[in-house]
Amino acid sequence: MDFLRPASWEEALAAKAEHPTAVPIAGGTDVMVEINFDHRRPEYLLDLNRIGELSEWEVGEENVLLGASVPYSAIMENLRTELPGLALASHTVASPQIRNRGGVGGNLGTASPAGDAHPALLAADCEVEVESVRGSRLIPIDAFYTGVKRNALAADELIKRVHIKKADGPQQYSKVGTRNAMVIAVCAFGIALHPETRTVRTGIGSAAPTPIRAKAAEEFLNAALEEGGFWESRKIITPSIAKQFAELASGSANPIDDVRGTASYRRHAVGIMARRTLGWTWESYRGEGRSSIEGVA
Amino acid sequence: MAGTTTGTPTNVTQKHSKGGIGESMLRPDGTLKVTGEFAYSSDMWHEDMLWGQTLRSTVAHAEIVSIDTSEALAMDGVYAVLTSDDLPAVKNYGMEFQDTPVLAYGKVRHHGEPVALVAADHPETARRAAAKIKIEYRELPLITDEASATAPDAILVHENRDDHHSGHVPHPNIVHRQPIIRGNAAEAAKKADVIVKGEYTFGMQDQAFLGPESGLAVPAEDGGIDLYVATQWLHSDLKQIAPCLGLPEEKVRMTMSGVGGAFGGREDISMQILASVLALRTGKPVKMVYNRYESFFGHVHRHPAKLYYEHGATKDGKITHMKCKIVLDGGAYASSTASVVGNAASLSVGPYVIDDVEIEAIGLYSNNPPCGAMRGFGAVQACFAYEAQMDKLAAKLDMDPVELRQKNAMSQGTIMPTGQPVDAPAPVAELLRLVKARPLPPEQQWTTTEGSDVRALPGGLSNTTHGEGVVRGVGYAVGIKNVGFSEGFDDYSTAKIRLEVINGEAVALVHTAMAEVGQGGVTIHAQIARTELGVQQVTIHPADTQVGSAGSTSAGRQTYMTGGAIKNSCGLVREKVLEIGRRKFGSYHPAWANAELLLEGGKVVTDGGEVLADLVDVLEDEAVEIEEEWRHRPTQAFDLVTGQGNGHVQYAFAAHRAVVEVDTELGLVKVVELAVAQDVGKALNPLSVIGQIQGGTVQGLGVAVMEEIIVDPKTAKVRNPSFTDYLLPTILDTPTIPVDYLELADPNAPYGVRGIGEAPTLSSTPAVLAAIRNATGLELNKTPVRPEHLTGT
Repeated sequence: MDFLRPASWEEALAAKAEHPTAVPIAGGTDVMVEINFDHRRPEYLLDLNRIGELSEWEVGEENVLLGASVPYSAIMENLRTELPGLALASHTVASPQIRNRGGVGGNLGTASPAGDAHPALLAADCEVEVESVRGSRLIPIDAFYTGVKRNALAADELIKRVHIKKADGPQQYSKVGTRNAMVIAVCAFGIALHPETRTVRTGIGSAAPTPIRAKAAEEFLNAALEEGGFWESRKIITPSIAKQFAELASGSANPIDDVRGTASYRRHAVGIMARRTLGWTWESYRGEGRSSIEGVA
Repeated sequence: MAGTTTGTPTNVTQKHSKGGIGESMLRPDGTLKVTGEFAYSSDMWHEDMLWGQTLRSTVAHAEIVSIDTSEALAMDGVYAVLTSDDLPAVKNYGMEFQDTPVLAYGKVRHHGEPVALVAADHPETARRAAAKIKIEYRELPLITDEASATAPDAILVHENRDDHHSGHVPHPNIVHRQPIIRGNAAEAAKKADVIVKGEYTFGMQDQAFLGPESGLAVPAEDGGIDLYVATQWLHSDLKQIAPCLGLPEEKVRMTMSGVGGAFGGREDISMQILASVLALRTGKPVKMVYNRYESFFGHVHRHPAKLYYEHGATKDGKITHMKCKIVLDGGAYASSTASVVGNAASLSVGPYVIDDVEIEAIGLYSNNPPCGAMRGFGAVQACFAYEAQMDKLAAKLDMDPVELRQKNAMSQGTIMPTGQPVDAPAPVAELLRLVKARPLPPEQQWTTTEGSDVRALPGGLSNTTHGEGVVRGVGYAVGIKNVGFSEGFDDYSTAKIRLEVINGEAVALVHTAMAEVGQGGVTIHAQIARTELGVQQVTIHPADTQVGSAGSTSAGRQTYMTGGAIKNSCGLVREKVLEIGRRKFGSYHPAWANAELLLEGGKVVTDGGEVLADLVDVLEDEAVEIEEEWRHRPTQAFDLVTGQGNGHVQYAFAAHRAVVEVDTELGLVKVVELAVAQDVGKALNPLSVIGQIQGGTVQGLGVAVMEEIIVDPKTAKVRNPSFTDYLLPTILDTPTIPVDYLELADPNAPYGVRGIGEAPTLSSTPAVLAAIRNATGLELNKTPVRPEHLTGT
């Protein structure tokens, strides 16, 4: 195995063009596990740790430009206001040591349905900025996940950063695991209210071959909120709307039975999380909510 | 009296000594372990060493048709590739039955059984070479449970058994069967106003010690081997290793290296023989370290069990009778299954007075992973079931569950179903009273002025509830565990004590083969030596096979047994020192003729405190050294038909009250508090006692709500051999654990001590289950509880 250590982004792109099978590695929290278990034996490892800009972020007018290697701990500490859903998701990632190393680029690169960041990214809405020696392009998150552990990257492309919409409303994130910390998702749910566009977006993790949005649930809820004038009145969402939203979210899941949980439990849990997180975000939106302390680091 | 070797208790003649027994001395390995500087067995290195690697079976039950090692052997850097055909001598080993192949031959009997072995100059080369070995299997039908094991046409996991249990078992796929009959359960059942029955399932728990199996085998010039390993019992290993190497025991010199936890999982051999065989074959030192994945296949687990119970009681809550059948799955090789069966049977009644019982426990051979020793050893599974039964009975009688237990609680003098009288304190009712009397933790501890603190809620940091669906439950349980090796086993420990003057100060050297696996034995040993010899400087010699056996660090026996041996040997050293003193100084002071002289503060003193001489002057250049074996009271085998016999050395008792918050919609659990009360006999090191009780409690919690090795019943393959999917409690899963301990001395034990490490592992699990049942109203007959069980999905 060759270990490539580009000193700059341009060098990295050139290396990836020359060696399309090279596996990029930054925090190594995923890649190294795969290598240690001998699940993959890449010809080349492309070390991105010398490229400082990948660990930087920029808060713009509309978006946060989040470098692929910005560690989860930095997201939790610095981007709570702009990216509340992703900050909550970051808090559920593994242990403090892993959160200091791992970043969103790794989750996107691996594209495992169990990646903790995906539901938050789907709900917030974002574009993934990828680049190769041929140029750069923005891939909408909805088009990013193409199959089980597959994404829309070309062989010569690297993930540079993610353009995530700054929160214009409350966001929430829930994940079920059979332990109270440091646990891989049995399933997860993200939700973001977008009052500016009067829409609600969602994301489901570990309950389908890829991370997905609960589209039917979103469409139903968007219509119901519009019809009932809820965005203006900020009145309590009627239980029947919340219930139907939960049922539709549950119905969008397409999970499997595995050692971590049964398909029917996952479907059930997605529905419960959808109902609860809708309740929390809507309560915040109504301006009366109490926010939770998601674990004081 | 000093000099006896049969375990008659000697009274504490020595008075308190600084750093002696009863003080919370800090452990010498504590800081090193916390800061990462402690050298574990996986940290060893030797110049010119090779790395050993196993190749394990990918199927659970199959004939081995062929093995082709040629490609692996041809690789650069590979020094040896071995199969069973290449082994130098005896091909099987085992603690109780020699039924386990060093490397599989003929057939493989479980998923992950070692079949071939590689030595190479780099671990990765060794791994790749192992992957190039081609094995052709012809799969055989699987034995996975009692029904398939005992079916009329069942394939035999082991043909031609000739072990000591083979003559009496009802089927060759049953390792051992132990019935216990006392009174007349059928007759007594007629007096019952209520009867409750239950069928319970206990999942396969793993010891999950953090330091994987590892060690270093160094070939010696005399044709022997120096073996550095992390184990629980050096001399038991030695007995199994030497015949497989074709060497006399004295040519296999074993030294204990840093142990990263054990919990029973290191009582059996793992890589010891494999590394030694490679070292002898290549003439080079060989290191082996299992990774986490391999570790799940590298040691035995806790027996999963099916338990069928029936209890009856009169209206006023007096238990009339108990019938039970306990089926323990021993997996492919016996390990300690027979002893686990004996324990499960003899402790199946729990800490209760029930005169009429009909008990049967069996251990199966199957193609599931082999199971053996783990903290609690058969008593854990039984406690889970009989405590569920107590709650069922209380509910049916409309009685308080603690009151029902107290009403039937055993006490000193109670006769066990085996006919053995409980002749030491048995404060079962008092332990229950203590946990019940504690104030309950406040409700809704997650509520803060800023909202909900998710860390105090089920789901924790995963942020699944802010209080929605959360219901509190409270549950109780109490258990009984035997301490020490039972059923007539000639158990002893050996302590070699040397007292001499070094740099003008009397110094004691304590040399035993005791395995320090994290329990704190070395700390206690120094404390005992300080107390018994009245010196400050105590050196603990590394544990090795150059001294007699200390027995296993298991069954809660080491403080009792090796502690007892050290106390005994120190007493003999003391006698010798006084003899020397009398010889040298006897004529100077009449008190030398007094039998009651003590050693204190480096001096010989009368029991009134008058100083007769400095130890330095008594000993001068002379070293006093004693190596002596020490035994507890003998025990008896259980009768194979009636189960009668004084089988156990000592009993230990603990009670728990669990308080849980359950998210009833998502099926997630947060254990808020696990209060414990336990009788420890005598706390030689109170801090260590509390640590053991809390650790045992958390291990019990683990198997209540998350820990389980999941074996696919269709393939008998392990589905979750990693810490990603075999979950252990984190600190956020660990509740507050307030501990009350009683010190009711056992008159038969040194200092009155009672083994403490195991009892808390018993009652913790059923207490948590009881609390979850209390919160949800569900029956929950299986542990660990999974979210699916709580949500019906």
